[in-house]
Amino acid sequence: MKIAVLVKQVPDTDEVKMDPEKGTMVREGVGAIMNPLDMNALEAALALKRGAGDGEVTVLSMGPPQTEEALREAIALGADKALLLTDRAFAGADTWATSRVLAEAIRKTGPFDLILAGEKATDGETGQVGPEVAAMLDLPFSTYVSALERISPAEIRVRRTIEEGYQYQILSFPCLLTVLSDLNEPSMPTLAGKKKARRFSLETAGNEALDLPKEELGLSGSPTRVVRISYPKITRNTEHFSGSHLDEGIERVVALLKEQALL
Amino acid sequence: MQTETTRTPSGIFVLGEMRNGHIHSVTLELTGKGRELAAARGCTVTTVLLGGEFKDDPADPIRYGADRILAVNHPSLEHFDQEIIAKVTAHLIETEKPEIVLAPATTAGRTYLPAVAALVNTGLTADCTGLDIDPETGLLLQTRPAIGGNVMATIKTPNHRPQMSTVRPRTFRIPDPEGRTGEVLHPPVPEHLFSSRIRNDGMEYLEEQGANIQDLDVVISGGKGLKRPESFRLLQELADLLDGGVGASRPTVEAKWIPYPHQVGLSGKVVAPKLYMAVGISGAVQHLAGMQTAQTIVAVNKDPEAPIFRVADVALCGDLFDIVPRLIERIKKEKRS
Repeated sequence: MKIAVLVKQVPDTDEVKMDPEKGTMVREGVGAIMNPLDMNALEAALALKRGAGDGEVTVLSMGPPQTEEALREAIALGADKALLLTDRAFAGADTWATSRVLAEAIRKTGPFDLILAGEKATDGETGQVGPEVAAMLDLPFSTYVSALERISPAEIRVRRTIEEGYQYQILSFPCLLTVLSDLNEPSMPTLAGKKKARRFSLETAGNEALDLPKEELGLSGSPTRVVRISYPKITRNTEHFSGSHLDEGIERVVALLKEQALL
Repeated sequence: MQTETTRTPSGIFVLGEMRNGHIHSVTLELTGKGRELAAARGCTVTTVLLGGEFKDDPADPIRYGADRILAVNHPSLEHFDQEIIAKVTAHLIETEKPEIVLAPATTAGRTYLPAVAALVNTGLTADCTGLDIDPETGLLLQTRPAIGGNVMATIKTPNHRPQMSTVRPRTFRIPDPEGRTGEVLHPPVPEHLFSSRIRNDGMEYLEEQGANIQDLDVVISGGKGLKRPESFRLLQELADLLDGGVGASRPTVEAKWIPYPHQVGLSGKVVAPKLYMAVGISGAVQHLAGMQTAQTIVAVNKDPEAPIFRVADVALCGDLFDIVPRLIERIKKEKRS
């Protein structure tokens, strides 16, 4: 069973602090991690490979050269192969242009029976790359997968967590799935895994390998453009209540509830 | 290059959401927003309804701003199938050529819209909280929170059509219904588009309270300050009194005190209720990103320096096991009177 896992390197949001004056995020000195949901995708890939008795797990990522760290982490966790798609021409890509590169890389390195990815990344939070890649490759896909079971050599049954509960779907391979954190518990890298990852030679490819038209790459190939960034200051005039004034605070909450017709 | 103002406006598509044959309220919210944009662009609004059997009148969105309804009924649309809905939507977009497409950022919309964007080769901006027409260029200005919700990014789609956005439910208000007229059309869709490689294998409806916290006016969330899982019952009691639901911080979900559907924040749900109450939650950036657009925020915490107080309208500093029961009693008294 050949499985590809799409990973993204993201800022470690646990390290992000708020600037109390400006109300903005302080991102300087913040480390980078593998997108947490991609860890669940990788864990699922490794479990499916174990269940199949044979197979190969390839992790793919598009990003700047330092994305290598996330791929090495994936190797330490048990991935067999890693491909870093890096090229100055890829920089500034929106979800469409990112998906274009990932889809082409999958087309060139595949075929894969299954492609897995986290439902969304903690930085962009769009959740769009998985479905876009699937559509570009004309693969059946499913999203919000919180449980999966390979029910036959050719089919996988997934549980999607949606607003009203769970929806179950059956897909045949090849297909693409994006997963949620309750799918599994990502394991920790072993010492042997870490050792292997340090020495592992990652494959790197730029656009000379993919050969996509230049006008479809990166910022210039992106249909969407960020035209403005603003920092909305949280303007709430906080009323503080403590100690003997808590009763007043409770009255204030009740008044607010009545104001909004919630009580 | 041709600017939007010189192009003939070709209309706005609002992709409705059908749930079990009913028109979901987000459809009307987006139809209302579509009407505002259409007024600025001088074009029409078409609300698209794709479903199995319709239990509501498909003409309903007309009163909220639609000029036309494109209704497609097909047995294969009874259950959500991302492959079929993406293909049919892409077909309607290619036939009608709208310049703007608005869709719900529900699990359904966030699943099939990216596939539509790939099929029609255009951009898609997720989870927009603001939509406007640029008066100079006529382009759609899509504003969405970025980097954990502390930065707002405004995004344009200058050269690709349509300009597509998804919008979370409850971002925009349903306008007051008006006595408007419009037409309901049933466009022909080639039968082969209703085929899918995905097999629906059933639904399991979860009755559990709180799984739908995004749809509620009141969300009472708890954090590690609750000290033990049982304390969530206290929050449930308060939430029940206000017809609300219970949310949770990531650490409590990770500690398995409460299931994931309750999680509020960057890696959970983004909620924007009328009242959000954070109890025993310090207010990590990751949590704030999921609730700071609530209309009113009340925070209960024993630490006067807790970051959650900085985004709160009312900060109650003290022991939550003292404050919450007092609040419950006070609300019960209010309800009796």
